[in-house]
Amino acid sequence: MALVLTTTLELAAVTTILLLLLSTPLAWWLARSRCWWKEIVGAAGALPLVLPPTVIGFYVLIALGPESPLMALLAPFGIETLAFTFTGLVVGSLFYSLPFAVQPLRTAFEAVGDRPLEIAATMGATPLDRFVTVALPLSRRGFLSAAILVFAHTVGEFGVVLMIGGNIPGKTEVLSTRIYQLVESLQFGEAHRIAAVLVAFSFIALLALLLVERRIASPHP
Amino acid sequence: MSISIDLDGRIAGFRLSVAFEVPSQGIVAIIGPSGSGKTSLLRALAGLERIAGTIRIDGEIWQDDRTFVPPERRRVGYVFQGGGLLPHLTVSANLDYAQRRAPPGPVEREQIVERAGIGHLLGRRPPTLSGGEAQRASMARALLAQPRLLLMDEPLAALDADARQSMLHWLETLLAELALPTFYVTHDEAEAARLAYRTIRLAGGRMAA
Repeated sequence: MALVLTTTLELAAVTTILLLLLSTPLAWWLARSRCWWKEIVGAAGALPLVLPPTVIGFYVLIALGPESPLMALLAPFGIETLAFTFTGLVVGSLFYSLPFAVQPLRTAFEAVGDRPLEIAATMGATPLDRFVTVALPLSRRGFLSAAILVFAHTVGEFGVVLMIGGNIPGKTEVLSTRIYQLVESLQFGEAHRIAAVLVAFSFIALLALLLVERRIASPHP
Repeated sequence: MSISIDLDGRIAGFRLSVAFEVPSQGIVAIIGPSGSGKTSLLRALAGLERIAGTIRIDGEIWQDDRTFVPPERRRVGYVFQGGGLLPHLTVSANLDYAQRRAPPGPVEREQIVERAGIGHLLGRRPPTLSGGEAQRASMARALLAQPRLLLMDEPLAALDADARQSMLHWLETLLAELALPTFYVTHDEAEAARLAYRTIRLAGGRMAA
């Protein structure tokens, strides 16, 4: 049980950190760009919201399998496949949880508006300086929302994890797939305990999110 | 030494067409009704909008067909309409923000804080300030940027009559001492007449007679 919990939390933590880093430039571009085609990119990034997890899992599994052109690029480094590995799980989770990071960040960046960035520009701040010293601090609650959503969503994911990870004990088994395993072997008591932990965790995560959003809405942050 | 402006272009469907040259010292008032292009002209001078044409300050080209100096390199002090403080920073941190990015210059922090009467406000955040307090802090911040050109967009508009009179007196003395070239946008004829040596009238994006 401890190993499954560790794998689950490790997967959620790594996914959250990587996704916040990767989503920030994308969300900033979506919030600030005037390109007519930015919504095409936005819609593509939001696809995991509506796609069945098995579809995402299937394509990521193909992309990370030994026959894929992507893996051919990694072959010189001794990597033949990432399917059924922890790294593969992280890659799948990044795709699956992408909109849960991009949407709150985009909303937060849009809420910053032009005025504070213009004030900073007239004080001599370069575009990067303005992003770091004005946009990021004014969007900090968007980052908090994104982190809570991605972490909770990754802890709760099942379909993608099962497709890519194969539920290998000690390697790619996480809490959600352990419940599935326990129910299949009719161990309802243990399944109950893990399920209850996930219900409590999800409730706390959502409560935290609502509290963060309520503070965003308050006029004096 | 002069400021030469020759702009003729559209911005968000609005056409601004102005051409004039003024000495680079003292206060020029820009006056006109709402929607006449006063703020657009200030924004073009600050580099916040690009309107086709030429802007030259003391022989240096800020904008022409080939050149566009970005706002962070123009060294303007901009007092925005309704205040121009960064909302996540205290008044003191707002002043620091300008000071750290400014070249050495004649405006001293202690002196300007005292003159603006904002010493007791340094630890406060912008949302907790009154209109007059925010505007005084915003002016101090703009001056601490050691600007070559000061742009003020209706700095007294949010104030009541008493506060307006006392601020006007304060501004008059301060701007006369600093002798900075200043473009001062206002609706108020009396304010323009009291502060400025020249008034430029705008109507519908054009200079009116």
